[in-house]
Amino acid sequence: MSQHTLDARRLLCPLPVIRTQNAAKKLKPGDTLSVTCTDPGAESDIPTWSRINGHKVIEIKHDDQASELIITIEIGEG
Amino acid sequence: MTKQRKAVALISGGLDSLLAAKVMLEQGIHVEGINFYTGFCVEGHTHAIRKKDKAKPKRNNALWSAEQLGIKLHIIDVIDEYKAVLINPKHGYGANMNPCLDCKCFMVNKAREWAEENDFDFIITGEVVGQRPMSQRRDTMNVVSRESGAADILVRPLCAKNLPETLPEREGWITRDRMYDFNGRSRKPQMALASQFGFKDYAQPAGGCCFLTDESYSKKLVDLWDARNSREYEMDDIMLLKVGRHIRPKPHFKLIIGREDGENRFMDGYRKQFDHFTTVSCPGPLVLIDGEMQMEDRALAARLVARFSKDKNSDAVTVCLHLRDGTEEELTVAPLRNEEIPEAWHI
Ligand code: SF4
Repeated sequence: MSQHTLDARRLLCPLPVIRTQNAAKKLKPGDTLSVTCTDPGAESDIPTWSRINGHKVIEIKHDDQASELIITIEIGEG
Repeated sequence: MTKQRKAVALISGGLDSLLAAKVMLEQGIHVEGINFYTGFCVEGHTHAIRKKDKAKPKRNNALWSAEQLGIKLHIIDVIDEYKAVLINPKHGYGANMNPCLDCKCFMVNKAREWAEENDFDFIITGEVVGQRPMSQRRDTMNVVSRESGAADILVRPLCAKNLPETLPEREGWITRDRMYDFNGRSRKPQMALASQFGFKDYAQPAGGCCFLTDESYSKKLVDLWDARNSREYEMDDIMLLKVGRHIRPKPHFKLIIGREDGENRFMDGYRKQFDHFTTVSCPGPLVLIDGEMQMEDRALAARLVARFSKDKNSDAVTVCLHLRDGTEEELTVAPLRNEEIPEAWHI
């Protein structure tokens, strides 16, 4: 199990989802991926994408000062 | 045991592709969705920018469709490959800069390649004969089957009864009886089928699936191509065509003027890449300069910026020009009057 990060700042949806999807393909079940986004749309899109692809959102953190959003998912069996 | 047959469905986020995939799921087919991101998709950049867009539900309709269907969705970035389609479409453009027929051929071809790589048996689209003037006429639907190379593994469940038999039907993987014969522009049959399947709250896009069907967006794209004497574009170009008011006072530069806080904030991310103006003596928009402004153009540009500041009716407004090399210049100018801005400058 390993932890990974992805910088999806300044990308507009659906690019944060595409980048998350492509990064997740290289990970193993149980790994975590924390994605930093600035498009508020990612707060709904990344969890939806995770649900339909069998991954689990474990945390959504808001950094209001930086207008950033950090979504952490745990990779599922796929 | 018979082999579980698999189909990849083009999911746009609209009702038709949702229904088409559902019809195949009902016939016991394993369906996964595929969605192509060209950079122009309406799904994309609308959320983050304007306040008025914030009122709309923040969801990606393709993902929403997949969740309703209980299928996986693969979103594929085709931004670079799509350039060739848009720049030089063999079958031309629709009412605006939408190369729908070439676009459909391109997407179905990509889906076919994906199906081959992933061992899927056939492809599904939500096309309906006669629904769209360019890409969904009977003859052009043949073009899509042929030019995409998908031929008879392309199934359109919503109008299959009006079309020749496909391989999955011949092989008995699916049956024609449980597909449809929708035809023409009426949306009623789709709405009836949606309610039969229990789908509510589905997206009803007004135009097509992308900004290229939008008249004002298309105008800005053509203007950009003309000004640069080249049809090449980058992702940043197509994003910036979506924000702000665009005014071109001279062929070699235009101003992109933020219309509200959301746009100013979005454009803020482009400050380093563009010469830009801010206002000093009163609140005003962030203005990016696209192109190469000459020294003698600066006063005119400054007066335009002042026109869109809070003190547009005063005699003098101070603005600051920030150049990419880090130098700055303050200019105090009289705002241009409305009648001094020719209609032709507005893109
Ligand atoms: S509306 Fe846009 S995305 Fe849809 S087929 Fe036409 S060009 Fe392609």
